[in-house]
Amino acid sequence: MKAASVSNPETVQQSKRIDRALLVGLALILLLAIMPLLTEFAGGNYVLNLVMKAMILAIAAISLDLLIGYGGLVSFGHAAFLGLGSYVTGIALAEGTMGALPILGMVVLVCGLFALVTGALSLRTSGVYFIMITLAFGQMVYFFLTSLSNYGGDDGLTLWDTPQLFGFYVFQNGSGLFYSILVVLALTWLFVGRLAQSRFGRVLRAGKASPVRVETMGFDIFQYRLIAYVIAGVLAGVAGFLSACHAEFISPSTATWQNSGNLIIMVILGGMGTRNGALLGALFVVLIEEGLSLITHEWKLIFGPMLVLIVLFARGGLAGVIDRLGGRS
Amino acid sequence: MTPTLFLIQLLNGVQFGVLLFLIAAGLTLVFGVMGFINLAHGVQYMIGAYLTFMFYQLTGNFFSALLLGLITALILGLALEALVFRHLYDRDHLDQVLATFGIILFVNEAVKVIWGPATLTLPTPEILSASLQLTDNLKYPVYRLALIAVGAAVALGLYLVVVKTRVGMLIRAGASNAEMVSALGVNIRRLFTIVFGFGAMLAGFAGAMAAPIFTIEPGMGDDLLIVAFVVIVIGGIGSIRGAFIAALLIGLIDTLGRSLATDAMKLIFDASAANQIGPSLASMLIYIFMAAVLFFRPQGLFPARGAA
Repeated sequence: MKAASVSNPETVQQSKRIDRALLVGLALILLLAIMPLLTEFAGGNYVLNLVMKAMILAIAAISLDLLIGYGGLVSFGHAAFLGLGSYVTGIALAEGTMGALPILGMVVLVCGLFALVTGALSLRTSGVYFIMITLAFGQMVYFFLTSLSNYGGDDGLTLWDTPQLFGFYVFQNGSGLFYSILVVLALTWLFVGRLAQSRFGRVLRAGKASPVRVETMGFDIFQYRLIAYVIAGVLAGVAGFLSACHAEFISPSTATWQNSGNLIIMVILGGMGTRNGALLGALFVVLIEEGLSLITHEWKLIFGPMLVLIVLFARGGLAGVIDRLGGRS
Repeated sequence: MTPTLFLIQLLNGVQFGVLLFLIAAGLTLVFGVMGFINLAHGVQYMIGAYLTFMFYQLTGNFFSALLLGLITALILGLALEALVFRHLYDRDHLDQVLATFGIILFVNEAVKVIWGPATLTLPTPEILSASLQLTDNLKYPVYRLALIAVGAAVALGLYLVVVKTRVGMLIRAGASNAEMVSALGVNIRRLFTIVFGFGAMLAGFAGAMAAPIFTIEPGMGDDLLIVAFVVIVIGGIGSIRGAFIAALLIGLIDTLGRSLATDAMKLIFDASAANQIGPSLASMLIYIFMAAVLFFRPQGLFPARGAA
């Protein structure tokens, strides 16, 4: 009884915080939804393309946050799934498969299988060793993609066509593609948020805090982690599909370790394991990079120290900052 | 492949391994003792190369440039430690990753602004510029042999320091349990600063020694940093002995793989397929090796606890 009365105010406060996070997230997605209108007045296609790029990365970052933020599994090879997803798309188009649904099916299959196999191997390790073994698999994918000389090798491959959905070119650059990306982003955001609150998510989060206790309670944490790894891989693969449609180009450079690092940076910067952290992080990184490079060519001289200052003074990332701002007012 | 060519590749592999060891030694100690993930370690390597280049232009002598470069690299390393890293020791690993990533961005760009984006070269010092006749038809540059010798000497020296001295004992104790060492009355912060400064200087030394062989360019340490991480993970984090053996293994696997992979693939596939697969397989080898090591020994070959 006593325990319940003690924990009660906490849960009330927590649900309030989640509600606020939900509102902030919905506001962000609404803001993104009217971007095509806003860019009519300022920025035009240039800004719209930038927003699309940021949204695609946000999908990948949210999927990575499922691993890092909720599972405590720092994967340093997540860009491999972006690369695989875009290459499956590109190769399917080059070989004459035009339907978006069969292509997406193949993306899910390839990324899911790759995640299943490499996840089963990687999850034997933990901590830094997990970081490094996922890096190893990421690098293998990267060098594998560079060896596909029939599909451009090092240089990548320009796509002359985009996938069709029931005969319509919804994924052609323009408002069709924009809203496709937005819908996938919104669904991913909802899905990962719901998943984290579900029983599955609770076990996953408990495993982050203490795997031994979770095991003692009779859960096979390995299975939960492997499923999370596969889900995250598939979601990032779908982001890769969208990225191939958006860029109309596939390149091994999508799968470099620098890109995997970038995704991690987005997740940490935004705030790990929070409802909107990865979304905020991805938007922030892409837009701030572009914004700063308008001011000076040497924008990294500003961005680098900015990251250091954020770490030193803004704990919990951007989502934490927004949370505290809301709490004060 | 002729035996002569094989011997040359073997020497190149050892030389690459020694270079990797100089970078990995500091990284594994900083990581093992302080539990600190320092992505900016590759930047120290780059700084070492650029500083040596700068002092070479001022003094015209490689060895005084090397000495001045090392001292400056040490000072810069200690300054970074005092300004940023010191505040991150108690923080989450991922906070450290984010902050040190910021430092990489800043220093790479600063180097570009100061010395320009073009690649620079440093001439080999004259005393060491000759080539040695090893066998009838094999000549090998003296400088590269000297690099191997110096690297081996540093490795031996480090090993003796870590195993035989009081500081080394504290470092080993710190690698297995830093809190306990601190509780026993050792000034752990000072130990951290010493380890950090020393590691930064070793990486700078590697950069300076590598400068006459490779080109000097912004971001030159980034890819090597990843390989250095591969080395310390295979060797077992915090273990100097492990880092040395793993560095040599990786150096040999990478160098020999690059020259042998295509030929090896030709035994299985036809020539054009082999030319495609060979190079990318060669680049993959060290990662395949790491994944295999971690699969069978998830803590690396020489886990630090109780080891040197």
